[in-house]
Amino acid sequence: MSSERNPPVKLPNEPAITPAIVAEHGLAPDEYQRLLRIMGRDPTLVELGIFSAMWSEHCSYKSSKVWLKKLPTEAPWVIQGPGENAGVIDIGDGEACVFKMESHNHPSYIEPYQGAATGVGGILRDVFTMGARPIANLNALRFGDPAHPKTRHLVSGVVAGIAGYGNCMGIPTVGGETNFHAAYNGNILVNAMTVGVAQADRIFYARATGVGNPLVYVGSKTGRDGIHGATMSSTEFSEDSESKRPTVQVGDPFVEKLLLEACLELMATDAIVAIQDMGAAGLTSSSFEMAAKGDLGVEVELDRVPMRETGMNPYELMLSESQERMLIVLKPGREELARKIFEKWELDFAVIGRLTDSGRMVLRWHGDVVGNIPIPPLVTEAPMYKRPWTPTPLPAQVQSASVSDPKDWKASLLRLMSCPDLASKAWIWKQYDHLIMGNTAIRPQDGDAALVRVPGSQKALALTSDCTPRYVQAHPETGGRQAVAEAWRNITATGALPLAITDNMNFGNPQKPEIMGQFAGAITGMAEACRALDFPVVSGNVSLYNETEGRPILPTPTIGAVGLLQDVARGVGARLTQGGLALVLIGRTTGWLGQSLALRELHGREDGAPPPVDLALERRNGDFVRSRIAARDVVACHDLSDGGLLVALAEMCVAGGTGATIEVPPDAAMRQGWLYGEDQARYLIATRDAAPLLEAAHAAGVEARRIGVSGGDTLAVRGLLEIGLAELRSAHEEWLPAYMNAAA
Amino acid sequence: MKAAVLVFPGSNREGDIARAIELVTARKPQMVWHGDGDFDAADLIVVPGGFSYGDYLRCGAMAAQSPVMAEVKRRAARGVPVLGVCNGFQIITEAGLLPGVLMRNRQLKFICGDVHLRVETGQSLFTNRYQSGQVIRVPVAHAEGNYFADAETLRRLEDRGQVAFRYCAPDGTRGGTGNPNGSINDIAGVFNEGKTVLGMMPHPENAIEPLFGGGDGRGLFEGLVEALS
Repeated sequence: MSSERNPPVKLPNEPAITPAIVAEHGLAPDEYQRLLRIMGRDPTLVELGIFSAMWSEHCSYKSSKVWLKKLPTEAPWVIQGPGENAGVIDIGDGEACVFKMESHNHPSYIEPYQGAATGVGGILRDVFTMGARPIANLNALRFGDPAHPKTRHLVSGVVAGIAGYGNCMGIPTVGGETNFHAAYNGNILVNAMTVGVAQADRIFYARATGVGNPLVYVGSKTGRDGIHGATMSSTEFSEDSESKRPTVQVGDPFVEKLLLEACLELMATDAIVAIQDMGAAGLTSSSFEMAAKGDLGVEVELDRVPMRETGMNPYELMLSESQERMLIVLKPGREELARKIFEKWELDFAVIGRLTDSGRMVLRWHGDVVGNIPIPPLVTEAPMYKRPWTPTPLPAQVQSASVSDPKDWKASLLRLMSCPDLASKAWIWKQYDHLIMGNTAIRPQDGDAALVRVPGSQKALALTSDCTPRYVQAHPETGGRQAVAEAWRNITATGALPLAITDNMNFGNPQKPEIMGQFAGAITGMAEACRALDFPVVSGNVSLYNETEGRPILPTPTIGAVGLLQDVARGVGARLTQGGLALVLIGRTTGWLGQSLALRELHGREDGAPPPVDLALERRNGDFVRSRIAARDVVACHDLSDGGLLVALAEMCVAGGTGATIEVPPDAAMRQGWLYGEDQARYLIATRDAAPLLEAAHAAGVEARRIGVSGGDTLAVRGLLEIGLAELRSAHEEWLPAYMNAAA
Repeated sequence: MKAAVLVFPGSNREGDIARAIELVTARKPQMVWHGDGDFDAADLIVVPGGFSYGDYLRCGAMAAQSPVMAEVKRRAARGVPVLGVCNGFQIITEAGLLPGVLMRNRQLKFICGDVHLRVETGQSLFTNRYQSGQVIRVPVAHAEGNYFADAETLRRLEDRGQVAFRYCAPDGTRGGTGNPNGSINDIAGVFNEGKTVLGMMPHPENAIEPLFGGGDGRGLFEGLVEALS
């Protein structure tokens, strides 16, 4: 249509585009020059808003893209890698697992309940957009120092928000992690993950096809909430960030539940060509991405968008981040079928446009063209930066011999078990419905990964999220490697085969070379681990500018991982529920105390090199453990991570209500390192008979050692300590409720 | 046994309870949409858990006014057994099929996890597979499960043996930390006078398989099959 090349009309009261307005939209001067070159004229305000959103760090990955390309994304079982709404892997029997993790950090700091709730809502939509029914949620949370005046309020709001949304949706929240560190005082992290299951041949994608096909808007009405959320989350925080509260979206899980059921009902028909949720940058990014992926144009009649408020204008409609909305391209003639389904579920339904062959996005407002942007150059000429970076040097190793033994061993273990990072998080996960759907075989705290049955089958998915930010801070490459390896290990410890990961990269300001160096290092380490462990990245999310007043967070590349167990009855947890079992330590122990929790909590030191990660050793030890679980040699299994061997054993005892006695071997170089060191690639196994296990380990070239036996109602290390389980449990379980219930 | 499971906008445990019924009866229940004023004859009507109408206004209050509930009330009056679980308990209480109300949990938070229940009577359609006084372990998952009734109503409930389940410790004793939500008299489930209607907060439908939370809830469905087939 010839009118598509016409310059748009200016709306009444539309301001002139000044350098100040450009800057407010987060576009750098050279980025604006690029915009002018593409447009060949000054943009209208709505066009400027669209460029601003699409070229924001959040939507364009302009600082991270060159590095993300280094991650391995392929394997025979990968159906869809990064670039779609979520990753898709083959789990056999014609079924696929669809999953992704995404951050909602900035909104959650500003408005913890709604920020976290809409984070869950957004990631759920990413998964069911692809035709999958969500079967599990996880979340990885990082808060500031518990002593910081805001922390309690943030924990309370974030947890309530996640619970409020996930519980109402009826999706079990089965796992996650929560850490505290002063580096997150002004910038918490809320990373939410959803895992869904779909028929492998019924996956829905965002690529639009078919000139003339109708573009359909479904879900909630559009309001003024969340305008420019994507731009907000692409800048640093300052103390006045609370003035940005109006940019936080408000969620309605009830509507999302209806949207989920309506979408799945429509997906069971043959009506859909392409579908995309309206997440960050709302209607802008969804319509743009669908058209761009299909090499098509799109024409949108904005006055047809269902509106919550009167007096809304094209700019607001294009940039609103109102929740619970979807954009669908239908096959011609299927509008009535689709309309009936959405009306049954009492949701808005509107045909708001159509696909064209113009390669342009044309926006109309009561007939007038108000925006007209060529699609391909906005994508292909999007800014991409190879930002300068400086690597983080490897810190000097902490010599274990230089760290004095605790004076009181019993007190040291109680201290560790009750420290904020290790204390039980039951106060949190009991607020999450982790049992709905009736498929949860390993519950939170009962094993290294959650184990969730694939509905209607004997199979189960093992799910975990992991990262040790203090390791990444000390040496990003090692930390990146460790985060992937620990996720792999946690899945292995249940008996499942690790298949793929989603990564949620939370970092500071990428314009600082040392921050970019952290990002580069972490990616390098992750890529090595993913390759060595056949553990590809299939989806992910990058959250940069996690800084407040120039203070960055600890670099936190959260790894969400999925594994597959063919028979859910073969899965093992970490609970020690019976006496008389031999305790066998798998892996090599050097007593590595650098960056350990013991060093931090008992000695007040956060220094040294993190424990090295030998990926060949990880693989060998993990494959061995998995094979013994499959052979039914293993009653319980726990990987050794934060707090080392003794903390792992204490966790097994508390979870299962059975005590244990172990002995420090005479050849252990340092007792403290042996008990609390954080050497990698290790597991603690409880088995009925140690001899065959040790023999098999020997044959496989895996270091294994019998260190003690389960039983009784105390945890004892011969000659060093003995603690009653009740005392241990109190120490472990009382910290968080006591903290949360204390007067603010 | 022919069962009908109601579905409201926002119901979310209808699939769980339908599966429990199917596992026990080898027969899929009829799923009944909230807007339907009539549905096929059923030996048992189940009002499932969830967040009907988003729990806006007050839990169960809007669902209690839906067309399907008018029909449920008519059938309940004729003696058709009705089981309401969690949000379903809230709905049938709001609809006047059971006395009392469900308030926000004492600690004002959603709570999910296993609880122990003492079966107060094995003499009912719903509990005939259990012994009176038997302790079973089933999960709860709710924010508004704090049962309350005025003194007069409570006395009547107790006198007539209308308390079906009470929260307790694993050994059956009361008064400790077994009550998860502050319910008066530790009440977890109540019958109507004729013991043809049962409302309960815990989820027997999520305790039917040993690998997934244990099998203590299965007896409730097996008992119904025995009584209604």
